[in-house]
Amino acid sequence: MTNIHATAAQMADSLAKKEFSAVELTQAHLDRIAEVDGKVNAFLHVDSQGALSQAKSVDEKRAAGEKLSPLAGIPLALKDILAQEGVPTTAGSKILQGWRPPYDATVVAKLKAAGVVILGKTNMDEFAMGSSTENSAYGTTQNPWDLTRTPGGSSGGSAAAVAAFEAPLAIGTDTGGSIRQPAALTGIVGVKPTYGGVSRYGVVAYSSSLDQVGPFGRTVLDSALLHEAIAGHDERDSTSINAPVPQVVTAAKKLDVKGMKIGVIKELSGAGFQAGVSERINEALDLLVEAGAQIVEVSCPNFEYALAAYYLIAPSEASSNLARFDSMRYGLRVGDDGSKGAEEVMSITREAGFGKEVKRRIILGTYALSSGYYDAYYGSAQKVRTLVKQDFEKAFEKVDVLVSPVTPTTAFKIGEKSNDPVAMYLSDIATIPVNMAGIGGMSLPVGLAKEDGLPVGLQIMAPVMQDDRFYRVGGTLEAALLSKWGKPILSNAPELGGK
Amino acid sequence: MAAISRDDVAHLAKLARIEMTPDELDHMATELESILGAVKRVQEVATSDIAPTSHPLAIFNVFREDVVKPSLTNEQSLSGAPAKAEDRFKVPQILGEE
Repeated sequence: MTNIHATAAQMADSLAKKEFSAVELTQAHLDRIAEVDGKVNAFLHVDSQGALSQAKSVDEKRAAGEKLSPLAGIPLALKDILAQEGVPTTAGSKILQGWRPPYDATVVAKLKAAGVVILGKTNMDEFAMGSSTENSAYGTTQNPWDLTRTPGGSSGGSAAAVAAFEAPLAIGTDTGGSIRQPAALTGIVGVKPTYGGVSRYGVVAYSSSLDQVGPFGRTVLDSALLHEAIAGHDERDSTSINAPVPQVVTAAKKLDVKGMKIGVIKELSGAGFQAGVSERINEALDLLVEAGAQIVEVSCPNFEYALAAYYLIAPSEASSNLARFDSMRYGLRVGDDGSKGAEEVMSITREAGFGKEVKRRIILGTYALSSGYYDAYYGSAQKVRTLVKQDFEKAFEKVDVLVSPVTPTTAFKIGEKSNDPVAMYLSDIATIPVNMAGIGGMSLPVGLAKEDGLPVGLQIMAPVMQDDRFYRVGGTLEAALLSKWGKPILSNAPELGGK
Repeated sequence: MAAISRDDVAHLAKLARIEMTPDELDHMATELESILGAVKRVQEVATSDIAPTSHPLAIFNVFREDVVKPSLTNEQSLSGAPAKAEDRFKVPQILGEE
């Protein structure tokens, strides 16, 4: 019997023992999607046929005795920002409605080669600009814990799919927190790898110096298995790091933090964070101390400027990256009636195809880069980036990993912040410094806030290309929490099924 | 810092090739003003002795041999084109009247 509530590692084990087939496992997840996605709206496109055919091919290879990779036959949800050949790819935007890429992103090619079954494409804030999925041109995703709340964003569809047992694994992208924040708000594990650790080839670019692809899973080990499957050097991405992938699977299984030094960032604790969030974070730190780690307080005084710098750097890079949506070679074209010139058609198309937040950021970026303002805005933001990097470097001289809450609050209500961009931007205050410095970070669920019964995420950060460290700490803490709770955190979420 | 006028936004929208409605321009001017008010904090610490960081990695140009490899076919490349003619992308007029 298939069990959609199992972990990906358990499913892989059952597949290897031929307890059920990949086709049966895939069908069970497609059935779950059919049952609950009307409520959750995690998927923009479900590719049943493609998924079943990939599953069948894995089953045939297994029957023939071929050697398979660890995740062969495991279903996965793919954020709609990654190009998948022949499958609609919209990045949550109307400007790409109906586009079917003629090629696979490197991450997609790696997943296919590993026999992973791609169930479909998940909802997201348009071009990954947002923290709630409310900026999707195709409607918002609902948080499986409470359908009146957002799952976070921008990778909200991927996180919700995993939390609602529609898929055991998912891929997201993280530019300022877009994997870690939705993971925290839906009670699952999400990882932003070191910048350059995973290829960006075939990923619709938002802010190229910050964007990074990463895994979602319900456990630390599942995330590590997916991390290893997608990571590694790619000659098609000039910013891809040509070095061995950190041993994250080994680290996730280590279950030992004796002697490790864990730094609590003073500026990312206490005031400004929901009481129930701080409470769960502190309990988690106590468990790490019991497991033999040492807690040290560190100061990162320039983090308070990181959010402001991010909202200059990311829109600036976006205003340049999104220039490619010009209606000439692919995507939407509006107003081409034979009487208008190319630039006029371009302007009409971009007006019709981009949503409000995307236009807001393009205009902001155009302003920040324009002559006369460049030094005051973009130039100053780049200097803050240096200061944030230095804060991290100094902190990592004293500790092995750094920790903080992932978000100031638990999941917020749909509509609560959608008319106040600055309030919405604040939900990324703890995640943004990681992207600015190019290091990696994990969001680990550490319990439910007592005020509202919603999940709280602990952020664990490590130096560049030391991603194994947060898997080691995360795996150890996860095991301690599980033995304390006696059951996984997601068993507290509503069932959603049963029409 | 000068206030952002509606005309400023209209100029930016023109540079960004987005044809905004008068209503959108008004709205955007107000929002831009409030966002810039929040982000200009970066100027408090960005002193002249700090070197800017444009990228998290110390990146260098990456070179490869210039050899022909399989790539997308003409048909694949044109598969998403809004309009095509004679195996090419068909675009609106670029140079005005013919």
